[in-house]
Amino acid sequence: MPDEGNKRAAHQALVDRVLAGEGRAPAELRAHAFGNEGLTSPLDSLIGKVAARPAQVTDADFAAAKASGFSEDQLFELVICAAVGQSTRLYEAGLAALADATGNEEAG
Amino acid sequence: MRLDILNRGYRPGTKMLFAIIRVFSGRPVPDAAKLVFYRPDFYGARAKDFTHEALRGPSAWSVGDRELMAAYVSKVNESAFCVGAHTATASRAYQDRAKVQAVLSDLDSAPIEEPLLATLRMLGKLTSEGTVSAGEMREVLAAGASRQQVEDALAVCVAFNTTDRLADAFGFEVLSQDGFDAGAKYLLRRGYR
Repeated sequence: MPDEGNKRAAHQALVDRVLAGEGRAPAELRAHAFGNEGLTSPLDSLIGKVAARPAQVTDADFAAAKASGFSEDQLFELVICAAVGQSTRLYEAGLAALADATGNEEAG
Repeated sequence: MRLDILNRGYRPGTKMLFAIIRVFSGRPVPDAAKLVFYRPDFYGARAKDFTHEALRGPSAWSVGDRELMAAYVSKVNESAFCVGAHTATASRAYQDRAKVQAVLSDLDSAPIEEPLLATLRMLGKLTSEGTVSAGEMREVLAAGASRQQVEDALAVCVAFNTTDRLADAFGFEVLSQDGFDAGAKYLLRRGYR
């Protein structure tokens, strides 16, 4: 459907930009934040909360990440990658279940 | 907000725009709007495109239905700013605040049509558990939502699972009811672009 194609394409453009475009944080680190995997302390705690329990993020989570050497612009990017990553996994899970429910017609 | 750059790191032209908005609206620019103005090439420009397409693009769901989905997903995520903003926007779109409050306080007894009810239930499960089964999707389709409507609802769910996380992580300031109502008016007139 052309309209849904626009929604999917607009989402993919966002994903592509935050992962592969120019950034202050290295692309490899952005990919780890997106996937919520392969990060070290204390960044792993902040990113893990953004992905799983965002309402529990605190000032102390940002303070610890900054104290470990990350700049505010890097944290801006990495938090966005974590949020976009988790929601992208939900999109994929929902579309896959829909494809299964409708006999694997093209949904993804 | 928790990052100083999101409070003070804007270019002079953007600061001027914020000042003009403050003068004409009589209110400071909400944090949700400020976020998309910070280095818009990284996030804001494409986030606005996607959110607008999901919430205002072509769909068999009404704008009110999609704003209700945004409010409901935000409630599941316990995102106070987004619950306030999209409760106000859905209420205004429907011209029915009681219906929106009923959905947010007890979905199963809310006075809404079966396809919307089943869709909200599925979005809540996907948001809270990260997964939904084919059987649960079949229940949504059996309740009368079309396949396209399910895809459209998933796009709304994805847009708000992103925004909710950023609102809570960056610490958006929760507005007064008047502030949320003013934002709702703007979002219904202009959308997310």
